[in-house]
Amino acid sequence: MNDVRRLKILVADDTDTDRLILESIVRKEGHHVVSACNGLEAIQVYSAEKPDIVLLDALMPELDGFGAARKIKELAGDELVPIIFLTSLSDTESLVQCLDAGGDDFLSKPYNRIILQAKIKSFNRMREMHSTMLTQRNQIVQYNNRLLQEQTVAKHVFDNVAHSGCLNASNVRYFLSSLAVFNGDVLVAAMRPNGSMMVLLGDFTGHGLPAAIGAMPLASTFYGMVPKGFSMTDILREINGKLKNILPVGIFCCATMMDINFRKKRLKIWNGGLPDCFIHHHQDGNITPVKSTHLPLGVLSNRAFKDNCEYFELQKEDRIFVWSDGIHEARNAEGDMFGEERLKEVFNRNQNPEHLFNEIIEGVQQFVGSGEKDDDLSLLEIRMDEPARVNSFAQEASHKFANSEIEWLMGFEVKPTSFKVFDPLPMLLNVLMEVPSLRAFSSTLYTILAELYTNALEHGVLKLDSDLKKTPEGFSDYYELREQRINQVTEGFVRIRISHKTNDSGGLLKVRIEDSGEGFDHQQRTTDNLSSFGYSGRGIALVEKLCGTVTYIGCGNIVEVDFSWVNDD
Amino acid sequence: MAITSTVSPDGNQVTIYIQGRFDFSSHQEFRGAYEKLAQAPIHYRVDLQGTSYMDSSALGMLLLLRDYAGGEQSNIQIVNCAPDVKKILLISNFEQLFDIQ
Repeated sequence: MNDVRRLKILVADDTDTDRLILESIVRKEGHHVVSACNGLEAIQVYSAEKPDIVLLDALMPELDGFGAARKIKELAGDELVPIIFLTSLSDTESLVQCLDAGGDDFLSKPYNRIILQAKIKSFNRMREMHSTMLTQRNQIVQYNNRLLQEQTVAKHVFDNVAHSGCLNASNVRYFLSSLAVFNGDVLVAAMRPNGSMMVLLGDFTGHGLPAAIGAMPLASTFYGMVPKGFSMTDILREINGKLKNILPVGIFCCATMMDINFRKKRLKIWNGGLPDCFIHHHQDGNITPVKSTHLPLGVLSNRAFKDNCEYFELQKEDRIFVWSDGIHEARNAEGDMFGEERLKEVFNRNQNPEHLFNEIIEGVQQFVGSGEKDDDLSLLEIRMDEPARVNSFAQEASHKFANSEIEWLMGFEVKPTSFKVFDPLPMLLNVLMEVPSLRAFSSTLYTILAELYTNALEHGVLKLDSDLKKTPEGFSDYYELREQRINQVTEGFVRIRISHKTNDSGGLLKVRIEDSGEGFDHQQRTTDNLSSFGYSGRGIALVEKLCGTVTYIGCGNIVEVDFSWVNDD
Repeated sequence: MAITSTVSPDGNQVTIYIQGRFDFSSHQEFRGAYEKLAQAPIHYRVDLQGTSYMDSSALGMLLLLRDYAGGEQSNIQIVNCAPDVKKILLISNFEQLFDIQ
């Protein structure tokens, strides 16, 4: 018997000869035998020795086999201890009684050695299978407990990140239900420094953990940028780029983002892939739907991403309703979807806008009834009414930035040894891009700075003559000469001074560039040469178009421009 | 490299791609992209999809290309401009000289 390991087998029989015969058969098979002479003793030996298999005579003094079997099964608990009854009884009723008492099989006297071997082997297989199953079950229970515990902690973190900000403001109502511990929907809201409120409702493809993961970078980007005053388009682009980078293809985020300006009663909205949002007009109860006009976040690269928003003028007490498709696609027991028509019906029936929110949720819940929920379901209502109390941080930020004008000035001088190796334009542009509102003008600002700096360096410091650039060869010669002179230059400077000041509607950026050159007769300067066909001489005219005016000072070695910008939010 | 170019199989069209800043620093490369071809193309395309900034020297370089390609008779398309880049081109009235898409 090589394929059965040595087992411990309890043999209980009150007839000494029978017991001895059985013991010797079992021992010969290589198993270890423990014995008992009656039912009570069998239980005692079982408790003390924990045998793998029990062979039990049906009829014994003190306690018969049936009683002993019940007790042993009870003591064994979850573990499978096969009990084989040994019996000279052969009537059906007795044999059934053996099995009813918890026996797994019976063996008729006199014993057939081959059958006994086979049964021990077979029950051992069953016992091992059972034990494997128990171990695995326990592991699963353990894993599941750990998973639930981890999810609870993670959900706590997730909720703090994904559903926080000023969602508790008095003009916001929301409802989020999820299929799993985690929600595939994300809802974030925060106050901007100018006192307007930004809200984003997103619905990631799928639900549960894979969907929730994308919500983390979305929320942290949102909360990182909104209080600093970045524009909605900047934030959308940033989030889109992040999601595009980290999410696998096929997972993306349908979203609606809104900037609600309570002072101007204006709504700026971007909808990428969520169902039509509804603007409910308080005055006449009419609805203006806002369609999705964009692809969801995380689908397109930032270059192809479209950030154009829609604007709506609202009245006080107007309400904006935004939802995930969980509402439209909620199914009843018959498998019908709730749909937009039923949703509109809720609005039509409504008597008091204050109750709309609850009526929508009740409408969906009644419709679904006992039907199965198969998507995360989210609903958001924003009332056009400045919230009485927003969280203190936003208020603080608002005081810090919005109610005061921001003003700064910086000066920068490029010295001779740096002309060759250092291009100050990227650095200057970087500094300007720290001002959120200026980011929209990066390209224009670059052109302005580049023209002015290039002129100062090439004509002022390096004393190059634009006339060289009249022919294609001259164009190349010009830049060769530039290369030569920039390598040789030992004196001169270009001083750059940039100042910036914000005002109610935007701000004013002043750029002043001074070079060490001799200047030029700026009185004679022709103002518009953009219509010429020359290869050069276009720069200052271009700056003039971008800034309005270009002013030369002194002998023409100092130039000043004003770039005034208007905030589009 | 900031400037790359591709030529159509029949050699009739060259497309020049400009990445990042389009200014004098790339003028040798830019010229090389159309002057060093085995066969003079009929159609020129300048793809500004990757161009973040440009200045007036870039405008000069576009005019150099135009004259090289036959001046009034040239056939040059400027494609995929970002809005701000396009603004510079329009301010300079380049839509009268080039086919700006």
